Amino acid sequence: MLEVTGLRVAYGGIQAVRGISFHVNQGEMVALIGANGAGKTSTLKALSRLLDAAGGSVRYCGKEVAKLAPHQLIAEGIALVPEGRGVFPRMSIVENLLMGAYCRNDTQGIASDIEHVFSLFPRLEERAQQLAGTLSGGEQQMLAIGRALMSRPKLLLLDEPSMGLAPLMVQKIFEVVCSVAREGMTVLLVEQNAKLALEVSQRGYVMESGEITLTDDADKLLANPKVREAYLGE
Amino acid sequence: MMTFSFDSLRQDKRAAIAATVGIGLVLAVFPFIVGSALGNSWLRILDFALLYIMLALGLNIVVGFAGLLDMGYIAFYAVGAYLYALLASPHFGLHLPVWIIIPCGAVLAGIAGALLGAPTLRLRGDYLAIVTLGFGEIVRIFMNNLNAPVNITNGPQGISSIDPIHLGGVTLAKPLSVLGITVPSLHAYYYLFLALALLIIFVSIRLQDSRIGRAWVAIREDEIAAKACGINTRNIKLLAFTMGASFGGVAGGLFAGFQGFVSPESFNLMESIMILCMVVLGGMGHIPGVILGGVMLTVLPEFFRHSAGPIQQALFGKILLDPEALRMLLFGLALVLVMLYRPAGLWPSTIRRREFSSGTDKEGA
Repeated sequence: MLEVTGLRVAYGGIQAVRGISFHVNQGEMVALIGANGAGKTSTLKALSRLLDAAGGSVRYCGKEVAKLAPHQLIAEGIALVPEGRGVFPRMSIVENLLMGAYCRNDTQGIASDIEHVFSLFPRLEERAQQLAGTLSGGEQQMLAIGRALMSRPKLLLLDEPSMGLAPLMVQKIFEVVCSVAREGMTVLLVEQNAKLALEVSQRGYVMESGEITLTDDADKLLANPKVREAYLGE
Repeated sequence: MMTFSFDSLRQDKRAAIAATVGIGLVLAVFPFIVGSALGNSWLRILDFALLYIMLALGLNIVVGFAGLLDMGYIAFYAVGAYLYALLASPHFGLHLPVWIIIPCGAVLAGIAGALLGAPTLRLRGDYLAIVTLGFGEIVRIFMNNLNAPVNITNGPQGISSIDPIHLGGVTLAKPLSVLGITVPSLHAYYYLFLALALLIIFVSIRLQDSRIGRAWVAIREDEIAAKACGINTRNIKLLAFTMGASFGGVAGGLFAGFQGFVSPESFNLMESIMILCMVVLGGMGHIPGVILGGVMLTVLPEFFRHSAGPIQQALFGKILLDPEALRMLLFGLALVLVMLYRPAGLWPSTIRRREFSSGTDKEGA
């Protein structure tokens, strides 16, 4: 479904991503793990066209992503949950969700999808009219994921959903992500929390200073002594 | 999501109609009250207040809705005013009717807005402010210097003897007689400006509630998230600049016809700042607040001008401070006080008020 070959991302002269290749199959949940500054977020930004790639190709369902403008991706079925949540702080929860459906005009479908998001995250329904800026970090992350789901994506890009959240909240959010994936959503999960990410994914890629150094099935990566040493603190 | 009971809706509607009729009546007789109670100078101030409401609402689209800090907004006012001056004055010997010039002014100002917007799409906040400030000055300096080698704008002398506004063969410069009532010129201008201000208010409200309006707010709140929601941020930002500028162009054309004279002097940085103050002071992004800001900031300096002298006479028996100097001092003081005690503006939207009050709660706790 997503085919990345030789992707490079550079900020001025500094290469953040040095020609990586990976793929995500339909219906799969894939984790991209690595330490701070490994180039994970830059990769995701290039995939979602928030950054221009310096080289390489990203093909989504056979189409070259670089030819699309950022706002066209959502129509193609790619939804990004940006790093650091990125909810609209001065809009209510419902308004945020409606913004997620900005490109749709099927009022009925939108209403039922809001119900669906509320069933995934009952906490959001309790506070439907509250301003997003007044929510806790975890609730904002829930809202950001809910908003991304509102565009009925085929591919969900998650950027560090666990960042800065209490463990209990992280668990809740990952449960929902898993259930969404079980319903058939294709997910690319970028995470620092390697253990968590690999536990929920089928396959994983390990990134180190702009390159992919390891790739395997997620359970094998979890058992891999190098990964255990570098990322799982053993 | 939202549930209304239809009874309350109908009642609201009836109340709204009653309120509209009431406000309409007040607005209709208002110039006669002001004119007889305070004289013609205040009528002129009233006319200017309406022009500033249009300007403030235009800038509100850019600053209030889309969150793009524009410090050169007066440039679009200048574009509208100069277009009117060039097309309806002895300067080029052209005397086109107002219903052609004003729409052209709106379009030309809109194009100028897009021209300003295009190179600044990547900029935000203070960087954008500096570029727009420069743009405003460029336009003013152009007006100042386009008198050689070909005399287009007549330079610093400005363009005078501009045709007053004609509507269907009737000039607004002389008293009109409608159904036996004599309507003096300043009153006639008031009604014309009021009509256009109402139109701009209406357009603003419709824009705010539209898809475009929501996209503007989304960009203001978080540009990356807006992109992730599938909003074409480039076009939507350009549209904000264009729409805001076109309101300024309309107001500029009216100004030129009303004043009969334009010169680069009228379009300096201070004017841009003044309009920005109207938006911020009134309540950014909240249409009633911005209207209030426009009225307050037009009327308040004039009030100080008229009252500073007499009050000193009464208190000290002589004039100690030049009223002209004192008026800006008092005005500045008023601005500081408003920002200290009402940081969200005089009449903020409920959302902003909530946000600011929760912010201060946290600080207090």
